[in-house]
Amino acid sequence: MGWAIALHGGAGDIPLSLPPERRQPREEALRHCLQIGVEALKAKLPPLDVVERVVRELENIPQFNAGKGSVLTSKGTVEMEASIMDGTTMNCGAVSGLTTVVNAVSLARLVMEKTPHIYLAFDGAEEFARQQGVETLDSTHFITAENIERLKQAIEANRVQIDYTQPIQNDTKKETAIGNGDSQIGTVGCVAVDGNGNLASATSTGGLVNKMVGRIGDTPVIGAGTYADARCAVSATGKGEAIIRGTVARDVAALMEFKGLSLEEAATCVVHERTPKGTVGLVAVSAKGEVTMPFNTTGMFRACATEDGYSEISIWPAPKFE
Amino acid sequence: MGAWAIAVHGGAGVDPNLPPLRQEQAKQLLTRCLNLGISALRSNASAVDVVELVVRELETDPLFNSGRGSALTEKGTVEMEASIMDGSKRRCGAVSGLTTVKNPISLARLVMDKSPHSYLAFNGAEEFARQQGVEVVENEYFITPENVGMLKLAKEANTILFDYRIPTGGYDSCGVGAESPLQMNGLPISVYAPETVGCVVVDKEGRCAAATSTGGLMNKMSGRIGDSPLIGAGTYACGVCGVSCTGEGEAIIRGTLAREVAAVMEYKGLPLQQAVDFVIKQRLDEGKAGLIAVSNTGEVAYGFNCNAMFRGCATEDGFMEVGIWD
Repeated sequence: MGWAIALHGGAGDIPLSLPPERRQPREEALRHCLQIGVEALKAKLPPLDVVERVVRELENIPQFNAGKGSVLTSKGTVEMEASIMDGTTMNCGAVSGLTTVVNAVSLARLVMEKTPHIYLAFDGAEEFARQQGVETLDSTHFITAENIERLKQAIEANRVQIDYTQPIQNDTKKETAIGNGDSQIGTVGCVAVDGNGNLASATSTGGLVNKMVGRIGDTPVIGAGTYADARCAVSATGKGEAIIRGTVARDVAALMEFKGLSLEEAATCVVHERTPKGTVGLVAVSAKGEVTMPFNTTGMFRACATEDGYSEISIWPAPKFE
Repeated sequence: MGAWAIAVHGGAGVDPNLPPLRQEQAKQLLTRCLNLGISALRSNASAVDVVELVVRELETDPLFNSGRGSALTEKGTVEMEASIMDGSKRRCGAVSGLTTVKNPISLARLVMDKSPHSYLAFNGAEEFARQQGVEVVENEYFITPENVGMLKLAKEANTILFDYRIPTGGYDSCGVGAESPLQMNGLPISVYAPETVGCVVVDKEGRCAAATSTGGLMNKMSGRIGDSPLIGAGTYACGVCGVSCTGEGEAIIRGTLAREVAAVMEYKGLPLQQAVDFVIKQRLDEGKAGLIAVSNTGEVAYGFNCNAMFRGCATEDGFMEVGIWD
């Protein structure tokens, strides 16, 4: 046993030919966020604080699809959502439809701690944000040139993208491929466990490029994009609709609980056997301090570290050692 | 070819002092809805069509907390939500924050069938409703005098308490007197009874479906989303079962209740009733909730850990039961 942490910046069809000028800032960002998380764990902060802190950092980085840098709706606006879960108490919080809140994950935490509810959305959530005095900025703050361009391409192609993906295989009528190889960003998330087996998970996103206004994905849905209990903490990324119907995050925990699978077995099963190829990736840690980061897409921006000194920052399947 | 089965509910957690007339009305409504569903099943309607049909009926009737008759937000308005899931391919649709859509469950179905997404909410959902041409009415249509009265009581009850987060360790009310009233969501059940509605069906082809609809928690913050539109929490259907839950929304969400029934059937090999019992017993901690479920083999089951649940169920072999209390 010992602490462990894993975080992601999105799974998708990240091309192996990703140019260095697009790859390096993201790797650097992952390294930076990992360090923040590791230091927090070493300082014995509760995992709930750790995941919030790391996801806040990821939200602030414009290269990832959360907070600043969120992808745009069909109307060119930003609608952000997030959720957080404390595995020890099973308390959770979620928000959707945020347009001015700088750190959605922190508002989700406030919903959990300061209201009798779990989930607040749209105007009601924005109102709550003001009552709580959290940092808000005009929604133009979150919009980047990159995302304006992404939206333009998606509209021209008349498609809804998972902001980056050429689906490897797609059998639903709803999602169609974008052939522009733009696969550089995604949802963000973090899971952590301390030396006492306390677990927490948090996920945050701007959603899908060109999504309908009001569309909610898996990220704020407890059990789909985020889950934590006494056994494990999971944060998922990928095609929201597939993650919802597969209740992905909960499924990892359920396999551990009901079939006695290990963290790695459970996560591998969910990602490679129970969800269509090209739709999902996740990071997960167990109460015992194990880590796993499976994905069935071309790549997933990810990083992890464990107390025994292991650490990893990777994009594609073959891990790169520090 | 298998046999069909259907179950409906009008909420778990019932005021023990509910007037007999109201109890009678509830049973009549549940019976009527069951018969509506049975009729459709006999005409070979698919499970997903039947659950939508039945929940529409429940939404239209002002008795329970959905559609017309929905609980009110703290602002005295109505914000409705619903979800539907078709077990055969695990397709799903959900909506939240509806203020003018006469039948939320039908909009949820349209999200599933006619949009590239699974869940639409608030302004975006309302806009989609207009694009789809569904029936819309003024928000006032959904508000009943009874609920206006309830909201007032809720605000009064609320002023007694400063923070009623439901802790997993149980809730201590701040001493309203020697006898503590039955509570849901930490407050008197006479005001906070959920009365969410739902329907689960397995058709002759063995396809399962589930649908849930609600106005949510009385006196909720505007923008609050509960378990009903969350796939895996309030609603779930897959190849082996269809489930619809009701009760304390926050407890159902953290327990991913609807999904759990399917998970224990699949991963522990439990049959339907045992799965339902297991979930109600093990996944709720201090939370109060109930659920109805059907299996792909034509069984029907329900369970609840509170004092009562408005429910009805029927199977093709002629079994039919409508009930409220334990």
